[in-house]
Order: sequence, then C-alpha cells, then structure tokens
Amino acid sequence: MATSHRKRMVDQPGFWGFLFICPWLIGFLCFTAGPMLTSFWLSFHKYDLVSIQNVGVENYRRLFTEDPLFWKALKNTIFYALVSVPLGIIGSLSIALLLNQNVRGQKLFRVCFYLPSLVPAVASALVWQWVFNSDNGILNTMLRMVGITGPQWLQDERATPWAFALMSLWGVGGGRMVIFLAGLQNISDSYYEAAKIDGASPWRCFRCVTMPLLSPVMFFNLILGVIGAFQIFTSAYVITGGGPNHASLYYALYLFQNAFEYFKFGKASAMAWVLFCILLCLTLIQFWTSKRWVYYEGGDK
Amino acid sequence: MKQTHRESHPSLRILVYVLLVCGALLFTIPFIWTLSTSLKSGEEFASDPGRFLPRHVVWENYHKAWTALPFARFMMNTVFITMVTTSASVVSGSLVAYGFSRFEFRFKNVFFYTMLATMMLPGQVTQIPVFMIWRELRAIDTYYPLIVPAFFGGGAFNIFLLRQFFLGIPRELDEAAMIDGAGFFRIWWRILLPLSGPALATVALFSFLGQWDNFEGPLIYLNSPEKYTVSIGLRMFQDSFGTNFEQVMAASVIHILPTVVLFFAAQRYFLRGINLSGLGGR
Repeated sequence: MATSHRKRMVDQPGFWGFLFICPWLIGFLCFTAGPMLTSFWLSFHKYDLVSIQNVGVENYRRLFTEDPLFWKALKNTIFYALVSVPLGIIGSLSIALLLNQNVRGQKLFRVCFYLPSLVPAVASALVWQWVFNSDNGILNTMLRMVGITGPQWLQDERATPWAFALMSLWGVGGGRMVIFLAGLQNISDSYYEAAKIDGASPWRCFRCVTMPLLSPVMFFNLILGVIGAFQIFTSAYVITGGGPNHASLYYALYLFQNAFEYFKFGKASAMAWVLFCILLCLTLIQFWTSKRWVYYEGGDK
Repeated sequence: MKQTHRESHPSLRILVYVLLVCGALLFTIPFIWTLSTSLKSGEEFASDPGRFLPRHVVWENYHKAWTALPFARFMMNTVFITMVTTSASVVSGSLVAYGFSRFEFRFKNVFFYTMLATMMLPGQVTQIPVFMIWRELRAIDTYYPLIVPAFFGGGAFNIFLLRQFFLGIPRELDEAAMIDGAGFFRIWWRILLPLSGPALATVALFSFLGQWDNFEGPLIYLNSPEKYTVSIGLRMFQDSFGTNFEQVMAASVIHILPTVVLFFAAQRYFLRGINLSGLGGR
C-alpha cells in the first residue's frame, strides 16, 4: 500500500517539480520567513545575547520619541535616496542610450562604464576616501586647477551627504545600465521606422516610442534602486564611520551599530521592521502609480 | 547582438562620441588614478599627488602590501568561499529554475511570486535572527554562515534569470529526451544546462562579484584574523597603514584585479545572458 502510494507520487511530474524547488523553499523558510517572524517578535523584547525580556512597544516608542539619532539616520538616508536614485536612473539611462547608438568600439565603452561597479565596495571606499581628501585628493586638485576651492568633503558635515551621493554616481554604469541597454535592444526597429515615416523628430521618437516601451525596465530599476539606496552601508562604515557629527550616519549603519556593536538586538529588530514598513509603503506606492506610466507591450501584465 | 540600424545626423553622431569619450574618461579616472598611485613612491605621492603617471614606477608597494598582512592568506580564504558559493548558487539555482520553468504543481505561482517578493526584502529584517541561528549552531567564526545559504538557490534574482532563460528553450527537446528514456535529472543536466551557457555565466559572474564584494557578512561572522577575507583584511590594512596611501592603493588593486579579469573573460556572455532572459523586454 505504502509503496504503491509512493510510486504514484514519483510518477507525477508535479512531485518532481516541487522537489526541484525545495532547495529554495527550505532556504526561504529557514533564512527568510522564519527569521522575519523572529525579528518581529524580537522587536518587542529587550535582548543582549544573555537575557531576554518582554518590553512591549517600548523599543518602538523610544525610537520615535527618545532617539534623535534614529531621526537623523532616517533623514540622512532619505536625502541620499532622493538625490542618488533619480540621478542614478538618469545617468544609467543616458549611458545606455548613448551605447545603443550604432557606435564603434561599443564593447570598449561598455567596459569603461562597467569598470567602477566591478570594484569591490571596500576598495572603492578606499579610493573615494582619497578622491575626497581635501588637501591632495584628486577632486579638489582638479577643482583647484579651474580656480575653485573645494570643500572639506569628509570633514564638513554640510558637504559629506553630497560626497556620498556623488560616490553613488560612480556605479551608474553597472547592472542598472546593462538592464536598460538590454531593454533598449529589445525594442523592435519597426517602431522607429514607422515613427520616422510619420516624420517624428529624435526627441519625439524618444518620448513616444522609447520611453513607453522602456517603462517596465525603468519600473524594475526604480523599485530596486530605492530599496538599494535605503541600505547604503559599506561605504559609510569604511569611509567615515558615520561622521562628521553623524552627517553620514545612514539607517543601515545605525542599525548595524545597535545590533553588533551595542548588542541592542531588540532595538535593532524594531529598526529593521520600521525600515521594512517604509520600503513596503514606498514599493506599494510605486506599484500603484505604475498603472499610470508603465506600459506593457501586448497589454497583459 | 542586435543593433539599431538607424542613420542619424552626422553632427548628432559626433556629439554621441564626444559624450561617450568624456563619460568613459570620467568613469575610469579614479580607477587609473588608483593604479598610478599604487606605483608611486611615498615621497612622490607626498610631493606631487596630482601627477597622473608616476615619475618612477615602484613595484615595491605591491610587495609591501602583500607581506605587511597575511594577504595571501586572505586571498586564499576569499577564493575558497567564493568558489564554493558560486558553484553552489549555479547548481542549486538552476535546479530551482528548472522546477519553476518546466513543471506544474500546486501553489507554484504562490511560491514564484513569493520568491520575487523576497528580492525587495531588506536584508536587515532577517539579519539578526539568522545571526542568532548561527550562534546557536556554534558556527560564529566559521565559514558556514557565508557558504551554506548559497546552497538554497543562490538568490531570487539568479533563479529568476535562469527561469526566464529556460522558458526560452523549446520544450520539444525535453520531450524528445524523455521519449528516449531520460529522467528529469538527466534532462536538466544534459539538455538545459548545456544550452544555457550565457545565463549560467551571468549568474556565476553575479554570484562571484556578490561574494567577492561581501563585506557585511564577514564583518559580522568572522573574528579571527587568519580567517578574514580580503574585504575585511583591506579595512584592517587601512587602519594600520592609513598613512601609506600608495600601499593601500596597491592592496586595493590586488583586491580589484580578479573581478576585472573574470569580467573580461565572461564579457561575451554577459549582456546576452540578461538579454535572452527577456528581463529587458518584459
């Protein structure tokens, strides 16, 4: 009886399909779903690896009312996202548009633009630390050549947020650009030919053919871009450690410090859930507005 | 690769080239600068940091960087971790993608969309409990926390990329193999994998870069310096040799080099892997 039952299961392709996705499913339960629920539970507790104690909503209350650094970190992160996400999208799209012209040496250009995103985060942080060096850094040296005295990028708390935004621009030639480029190359030439016959200018071609057909890719890049921007960590950790005067204390950095330096795991979990809710809201808003500006060829979702 | 066959105005073309060249220079300057600094002597860097080409090429910085810390050790550790995670991601990811692309079973769509949704999950939400799990398993200061997760599909993006690619491979090939008596594993191994070169290369490259670059993971889980990876080793280097910029830059170049070499090797497949996956067009 038991064997015949098993045989029937094994004969079904569906059973095999389920078996094949099992690695993901187990990983999801052990490393994503389970931990997510645990961290939610943990956010209502005080836990320092030794003792655990239920404190209700105290962690959240303290974050919102008694922790100026939490607000500072959130503000810094929002500023960073507001500057770096639009610039990143515009930058990566521009590069993709340029590369998509029938240019010679396309491969070489592509490599040049992609190169910075190959640089591991710590190495690039070290490079930037030096680019921004106020005395003999490359940026201020160049500015001096044209007669401008650059700010003390990493010592002046007014300049530091801009330094980090500028740094993020170095990576625009990476994955996002490649995805835009792939999207551009998937747009059929016939649309452009039709537009041309109708006498459309290049700008009109871009606005009425390229943009609508590229909007799903744009949407993908926008959503992951916002989520990525909110998680800036390594560069701030390595370059400034959050300074000067907390000007580069980003959300993920403050969360990390709370968890793994001060061992306030409850508070850090509460922070993680606040971050999750913020990102969930932002993502849902984007999905909601996407109906107005994202166009799917063929009309299906 | 498809090109747009549009004749554009000559002046527009010149503008495109000017913009491309300027942009390419802007993007590579920090890179070239790093390289040139790593070849300067300390005195030259101190007196003339703005100079592009070093007056005398000094290879010593590399030697010093390599021996000042157990850099060879860090490198071996990183290579080991990266090799294991990359191959684990490719194998397990392609199995999961096979399941999602070729079979019908209950809740398949629920699982699939759940998986896509995890792409948008900030890692911080799971970080602390996962750390607690590894602590319970007494795996802190070992490589398990860095390696084991790769065996479970290697990330939603990779699975998605492979699944899209598999969907583009005609099912008739599977069916023909099945008539010849091949089982599901055999179809995966002998039909799908050999036909998925570009997608597999892309996934391997992404996994490699992700792990080579991984800073937060080793920072949280590794305590003993002899187990360090290059990325946290480099940070240690910065702390102890922060004033010798030319040596820090030499160490950075050593860290960067493998990724650049690999990128050039996989370049050919790279865009094709993403393109054929239909990621661009959906």
